[in-house]
Amino acid sequence: MALSWYLVVSALIFCIGAGGVLVRRNPLVILLCLELMLNAANLALIAFSRMHGNSDGQIFALIVLVVAACEVTVGLGLIVAIFRRRLPIDVDELRELQG
Amino acid sequence: MSSVVFFVAAIGAIAGAIGVVALRNPFYSVLALVGHLLSLAALFLLLRAEFIAAAQVVVYAGAVMVLYLFVVSYIGGGATQLTPGGSQLRPVAAAAVGALFVELAIAVLGSGLKAIGGDGAPYVSGFGSPAAIGEALLTKFLFPFEVASLLLLVAAVGAVVLARRRTDKGTMLDDDEREGTHWITPRSLFSGTMAEAVGAVRDPNAPQEVER
Repeated sequence: MALSWYLVVSALIFCIGAGGVLVRRNPLVILLCLELMLNAANLALIAFSRMHGNSDGQIFALIVLVVAACEVTVGLGLIVAIFRRRLPIDVDELRELQG
Repeated sequence: MSSVVFFVAAIGAIAGAIGVVALRNPFYSVLALVGHLLSLAALFLLLRAEFIAAAQVVVYAGAVMVLYLFVVSYIGGGATQLTPGGSQLRPVAAAAVGALFVELAIAVLGSGLKAIGGDGAPYVSGFGSPAAIGEALLTKFLFPFEVASLLLLVAAVGAVVLARRRTDKGTMLDDDEREGTHWITPRSLFSGTMAEAVGAVRDPNAPQEVER
């Protein structure tokens, strides 16, 4: 398959993830949609790494994987803390920081 | 053969992504994301990124998704209360996402890169194998590798600090002696069970869930 197909799939997944971040209101699902966007970026990185025959892009994708795992850990910790304080798990209600 | 695998995996990945966004229950969203990640690993294999594909399946679809499932079960994903309203901005979001996709497609396909229409550079034996990745990580990319390990340490400590149980006297552990009903137990009768996560059991005392 030509590499442009992979890049179009990556763009499509990124857009679906961005739409989910905009539309959904459950912070858990918003975290999942962030994962989608990071994975789309990973797919593009690996496609370009294949295009150049250079494995540096794969190292970049591996580091993105690590950053995504950290983001999940801290995000889920925040959600558990929100739940423990009996606050509503809804980003429309959690808007004290909006200034 | 490879194009058949590509189309099956690409359709699986996109369907999984749509499932994550569209499904009402976070429990099913997580399961859709697992399917999406497995399809994506197949795409990585087609792109000769064997080690990344394996890491994706083991770390992501395995460990991280189990963490998600634990949290969804803990907070009772099926019974989250949402305030009504908020759907009038949905067409705006759809328009923004459509514009973003058009822009990305123009940026990718109109980039003028000659190699984008080809199958990539000629395959060299060992490209993307664990040996090649490991050698690059420990020589050329040693500093990012060490920074990544430090980042993981900070995230682990941060998650413990964020999610600990707080009382007036500071952190309270689960096996500390309780003073009456002093500490916070927000769980209702059915919360924290898989039956509640898939929506089979609802707390009868809880207010009715509001559909968005």
